[in-house]
Amino acid sequence: MPSIRNYVSVELNHPMSNDTNTRTEPLLAIRNLSIALPKGGDRAYALHDLSYDIHAGEILCIVGESGSGKSMSANAIIGLLPDYLRPEQGQILFNGCDLLKQPEEVLRGMRGQDIAMIFQEPLSALNPLLTIGEQITEVMRVHHAYPGAARQQRVLDLLNFVGLPDPAALCHAWPFRLSGGQRQRVMIAMALALEPKLLIADEPTTALDVTTQAQILELIVRIQREKGMGVMFVTHDFGVVAEIADRVAVMEKGLLVEQGTAQQVLNRPRHPYTRRLIAAVPRHRHDPGAALYSVPHDKPLLQVENLRKTYISGGLFGKRRVVHAVDDVSFSIRRGETLGIVGGSGSGKSTIGKCLLKLTRIDGGRMLFDGEDIAPLSETQFRPKRQNIQMIFQDPFASLNPRHTVGRILCDGPMANGVTRRLAEQRARQLLQLVEMDAAAFDRYPGEFSGGQRQRIGIARALAMEPQLIVADEAVSALDVSVQAQVLRLLREVQQRLRIALIFITHDLHVAAQICDSLLVMQRGRVVEQGPPAQIFDAPRDPYTQQLIASMPGRDWDPVAAIAEDATRHV
Amino acid sequence: MHRFAANRGAVIGLILLVLVLLCASLASLWSAQSPWAMVAQPLLAPFFDHAYPLGTDMLGRDITAGLLYGARVSLMIGMLSTLAAVVFGIAVGAVAGYNGGWVDDLLMRCTEFFQTIPQLAMAMVLVAIFKPSLYSIVGAISMVSWPPVARLVRSEFMSLKQREFVQAAIVSGQTPARIIVSQILPNAASPIIVTASLMTATAILTESALSFLGLGDRNLMSWGYMIGASRTMLREAPLMSLWPGLAIMLTVLAINLIGEGLNDAFNPQLRKRGT
Repeated sequence: MPSIRNYVSVELNHPMSNDTNTRTEPLLAIRNLSIALPKGGDRAYALHDLSYDIHAGEILCIVGESGSGKSMSANAIIGLLPDYLRPEQGQILFNGCDLLKQPEEVLRGMRGQDIAMIFQEPLSALNPLLTIGEQITEVMRVHHAYPGAARQQRVLDLLNFVGLPDPAALCHAWPFRLSGGQRQRVMIAMALALEPKLLIADEPTTALDVTTQAQILELIVRIQREKGMGVMFVTHDFGVVAEIADRVAVMEKGLLVEQGTAQQVLNRPRHPYTRRLIAAVPRHRHDPGAALYSVPHDKPLLQVENLRKTYISGGLFGKRRVVHAVDDVSFSIRRGETLGIVGGSGSGKSTIGKCLLKLTRIDGGRMLFDGEDIAPLSETQFRPKRQNIQMIFQDPFASLNPRHTVGRILCDGPMANGVTRRLAEQRARQLLQLVEMDAAAFDRYPGEFSGGQRQRIGIARALAMEPQLIVADEAVSALDVSVQAQVLRLLREVQQRLRIALIFITHDLHVAAQICDSLLVMQRGRVVEQGPPAQIFDAPRDPYTQQLIASMPGRDWDPVAAIAEDATRHV
Repeated sequence: MHRFAANRGAVIGLILLVLVLLCASLASLWSAQSPWAMVAQPLLAPFFDHAYPLGTDMLGRDITAGLLYGARVSLMIGMLSTLAAVVFGIAVGAVAGYNGGWVDDLLMRCTEFFQTIPQLAMAMVLVAIFKPSLYSIVGAISMVSWPPVARLVRSEFMSLKQREFVQAAIVSGQTPARIIVSQILPNAASPIIVTASLMTATAILTESALSFLGLGDRNLMSWGYMIGASRTMLREAPLMSLWPGLAIMLTVLAINLIGEGLNDAFNPQLRKRGT
């Protein structure tokens, strides 16, 4: 009877009996892992009593917001924890052997061979001074695998396998020649070199464009199916989870709050934190009433005609490279309207924002603001008009001067435009209230606030100038999904109450769909499609737009339905 | 501040510097007379007479008084010339870094012109042309020491100018002068302070070298002059040149230690390691 007892005990460990993988021993099992943070941190544990399994042939997604400790367990498995963090208790069992108890030499032998990892930044994860071929052979050399001529052949096979064109030539290329997506493919090829049993992917697609992300996700799923590896995929993006996960583990502040099959967690979330996260996932707006705020017959506040910006690099001796960052772009926007500019990286969407604020010189075209062409104005002529056009920046950590108090940050702009100190301060306090911040924030420094709070301060700073047009350049991209939802709601509310025209630049189509009245799709400096979100999302005409829409992760999963169904069940 | 206090070298440096400052301010209490006055018999050995603990030189001048008054001169020249060099360097660097383009090119070529000439040689020439005096020495030292400051400030400005908070200031209609002074400069302050503290030490050394070569201010007793004067008596009274030499060494060491301490305290990369 031993086989049955064995079966039963496994069943007890894994209550999800419908999962095909539960019958086998887990490839990796984390048991009660706790890692303490140094004293004086915001919480005592980086990870507390964490347990989960990864089986061969499945993709486990670890989801959580920043600071939830989702990457920490990945780093603990591969042994990349910083010196001041030591696991206090628990086990990391890889094929039954506790990684935390192994000496460094054994671990070193396992890394790359049994467990491989791919990182978030393909730009910095490759050594810029070695060719692609050398970097991949190095993995095999340190493990003495594929000796002699077989090694070179293996490199070519790997590059071919991850879908890179012309492997023979690529072997001798330097990393800087490759695009972000290609570098991530090289990283994956390196990770696969020795056919590891476990692949850890720490936000591998976060730094990539949505179209590239779709390709990389497809690649990871394909190699996982073909090689039967276990994959641990750390991400913050529920769309990505919906796309690839077999099972999902949700983390909050170092605790594992929920785990289960993708089906369970995404469509019937049980834990309130998971429900909150899923409710915050940006999605198409379903309220047609919102469009009423912009009056269609109003005359446009800003009209851009044939805007052109060209970057020329390479000087006297180098080869001249001409990049048309913005090429013949025209659009207009009315008061109270939100115009979204979407596109991949390098599509010129941020350059448009810079041009509108005259932070960069333009090479042609007209920008009619309230009927007056602001393009030919000199810096001194334009300065008094600057208060009408404001900007919300991408990085909440770089956009506030760390040496000024919040009050000063909010008052400096109005005071430069002739508002008295008393009036400016009074208004700053009102604005803090408007962006739902504590009035005590006035005398504190930006360093004391979280990313979401800083972004609110950034919004308040833009509003302090009482502008008619706000350009928001990736204003919520650096924020966690739940914070993102709050900031978006705030932005929309304020914008409609004050009837400000908003140009919202983003790479995230979900966000654009949620907030914008009309969309501008850009590719390589040109507008390829323009129209209301409903039309762009449901009936895209341009092939690039179609490709963009098709690559949105988790298109088939509807978070609204998940929460709605959940709510009815709970009521 | 805690990080600075935790650095033992920096604290020692600070104590030494405070001692030197005390000496300089109490010099007139020790002897109301000019340090140039001949007060006792020449070549009095040190530790022999209570009134003249370090003895007298070949003209009967009190070496203790010379050292105390010399501290005044060294510190004054060191700080004044650093101040002048830093102010000038910041002005050039800020304008070049903020504006870029041809303004930057022009100013940087000028800076490089000054950097290609050996510092001490140029300082000597300048002092010789303008007659040795306190002003010409301060002027000459600051003339040769501003280029590194300008380059440092320029590079800080170039990177800070790209930061979003500076762009936000431009967007809100603040004038360039205001942005330079209130937005960028405070954020570039730490490396400038560190460089300035190390420059003070170099300035003291340069002043000593000038005085040693006889290009010091004739009315001011300085450590460099004392070494220069006692050099001829090196075999008869070796200690006579030892005392001002020690004074220079300790002061420069103290200032360098402070500079290192400030550097470590300001440098965010070292913060984690330090605590």
